[in-house]
Amino acid sequence: MARALAPSLLDLVGSTPLVELPRLSPRPSVRLYAKLEGQNPTGSIKDRVAKAMVDAAEAAGELEPGRRLLEPTSGNTGISLALVAKLRGYALTCVLPASVTEERRRLLRLYGAEIVDSPAAEGSNGAVRLALELAEHDPSWFMPFQYANEANPRAHYEGTGAEIAEALERVDVLVAGLGTGGTLMGAGERLRESFPDVVVAAAEPLPGDEVMGLRSLADGYVPPVLDVSRLDRKLLVSNEQSVAGLRLLLEREGIFGGVSAGAVVHAARRLAEKLDEGVIVCVLADGGWKYLSAGFWDAEDVGAAMERSVWW
Amino acid sequence: MAAVRIPPTLRAEVGGARQLEARGETVAEVLDDLVERHPALAAQLLAGGELAPFVNVFVGGEDIRTLDGTETHVRNGDSIVLLPAMAGG
Repeated sequence: MARALAPSLLDLVGSTPLVELPRLSPRPSVRLYAKLEGQNPTGSIKDRVAKAMVDAAEAAGELEPGRRLLEPTSGNTGISLALVAKLRGYALTCVLPASVTEERRRLLRLYGAEIVDSPAAEGSNGAVRLALELAEHDPSWFMPFQYANEANPRAHYEGTGAEIAEALERVDVLVAGLGTGGTLMGAGERLRESFPDVVVAAAEPLPGDEVMGLRSLADGYVPPVLDVSRLDRKLLVSNEQSVAGLRLLLEREGIFGGVSAGAVVHAARRLAEKLDEGVIVCVLADGGWKYLSAGFWDAEDVGAAMERSVWW
Repeated sequence: MAAVRIPPTLRAEVGGARQLEARGETVAEVLDDLVERHPALAAQLLAGGELAPFVNVFVGGEDIRTLDGTETHVRNGDSIVLLPAMAGG
């Protein structure tokens, strides 16, 4: 598909390819498709969200040039915001769990972002907690805050979901990874408009014991953008299952996905087994490049090798 | 009997166990059985008699909030996972 000459890299966010996965469906009568979000400019679906949040804040007059941005992230949203911030003239600081892959830190620094570490043992929830504290003590920060920013699900309603609805005549199941809930809420809502019976299914990571928080279950965090009652299925996927899905995706279809993409493939295949026929769309949030330094590729015990890190 | 995986945040309340066996035909009954034997769990798992909002319970790998909530049926040998709700992104 030819694209018009783009005035800016940010004009290339979204409109990602949708490709069939004929070798991955466990049943020939169930067709699997993958939305390749790794083909966004910084390599993840979060480009949509970062651009939408900054656009919305600028339109509302909340951002003047030179303003400092602060955002808690497990990596991808930070990298996307770093690109948007660079091109729009803002400084960016990301609060990042100390337990993410080295590629994410390296990329953030290369894009010009500063990093504040949150405690590894608190996982992503610790980054949220610390960023909220920092923002409260210093009002000069502007925090887009993907977890509560309506521009996040809206980017997926207007982008991800609309693109899928336009490309396919039928969608029975949408599967996406659960992080903020933005993809599932936004794309799910848009797909329900075109396909009222669509099943919106979340693939949720089973975090390692070492990154689950150590104090109490009350440290749990449900992002305000996520309304679990709008999900039809919510499937827990272990790190081992995610990596098995990632390897299957690469071996059978030649698609090099990230860990959450592997989890989505695993969940989609599980759902496909229960369908007589139908169309399942998998949203693959990123490619595998940012995970190459991880220890799980050659590990005998994949689960143990992944226990101490946050993967999405 | 169901095998219940205990997250690190709750292990102190159950004497350090990573997994416990519990009886019950529904999630509510399984949780009651656990709380009866380990009363300290109640403060973390429940809020006003309901499952606390920041606690996720999975039966057979699926969140009970997209099944039948605490009335979700538990079969003999099912594995149940208790987790704090975690964000990503």
